[in-house]
Amino acid sequence: MASEGIHIALAPYHITDIAGFPITSTLVTSWLVVIVLAVFAVVLSRRLKLVPSRGQVVVESVISFVYGYVEETLDDAKLARRYFPLIMTIFLFIFCANIVGLLPFVGAVGIHNTTGEHGGLTPLFYPVNTDLNVTLALAIIAFVAIEFAGITVLGALRYGSKFVNIHSVLGFVVGLIEFISEIARLITFSFRLFGNIFAGKVLILLALAFMPYLVPVPLLVYEVFVGVIQAAIFALLTLFFIKIAVSEPH
Amino acid sequence: MDAESAKALGMAVVVGLGMIGPGIGIGILVSRALEAIGRNPDATGKIIPNMFIGIVFTEALAIFALVVGFIIKFT
Repeated sequence: MASEGIHIALAPYHITDIAGFPITSTLVTSWLVVIVLAVFAVVLSRRLKLVPSRGQVVVESVISFVYGYVEETLDDAKLARRYFPLIMTIFLFIFCANIVGLLPFVGAVGIHNTTGEHGGLTPLFYPVNTDLNVTLALAIIAFVAIEFAGITVLGALRYGSKFVNIHSVLGFVVGLIEFISEIARLITFSFRLFGNIFAGKVLILLALAFMPYLVPVPLLVYEVFVGVIQAAIFALLTLFFIKIAVSEPH
Repeated sequence: MDAESAKALGMAVVVGLGMIGPGIGIGILVSRALEAIGRNPDATGKIIPNMFIGIVFTEALAIFALVVGFIIKFT
């Protein structure tokens, strides 16, 4: 039956408008993720002790492992201190968003709409990264951070000479290609995350529609794996591109 | 064939064909990286980041196919 089929929409579900701003289900879910992260941070930082409890040891060892990796990659303690919070935040937000997107209430809890769209139910929660606006916003944040790192470390002129090189014809063409790949980074960053999470959501919806028992379980496990990997890739790429941006032009 | 179904078919063809090349490329890339790790396990830390950068540039081509597919479908 066409009317009872699965609903696959690229645009996020529109719940209501507040002062002219559309409130979508992905926006509500990202607020939920932000609240979860904030509560977690407040609770953990309240209970900091010199002799750490078991939970504090786990969190501290994870943080110091990631910090050590960032410092080793950037090869500079000052840069590592400056960009580690951003990279870790990107990782934590995308990771939590992907994991929350797989919880059972997502896509099932909703409000009835009168228009009869989406089977009469507008979900309140929906996986955050199935919305291209979110991934594009994250990509713009990462892009600005990368350019900022390049300009502050090398200076605007030296950094610009990576892209505009008039010493030779070959150098000019290489600079042009560098420039295009710099801009294309915005597209690839956003569409990589969006494509992976959206494809995973559609895959699970299809599995639920055709074989509701047992088959979705390994797919959900796979989606957890994909969610962790994509969060790590987004953060690692930001790190690697910062590393490339702060290296000397040649 | 009306315009709507032509667009759907166009997207399917573009994404399907566009994924072939990057798929082969990532396969070759990862197999070589694993070979290198197998020969010299001490260099794992240096090989893995470079492997990811290579994967990202290869995967970008597949993502461009996806973007072109969306453009065909929705414009």
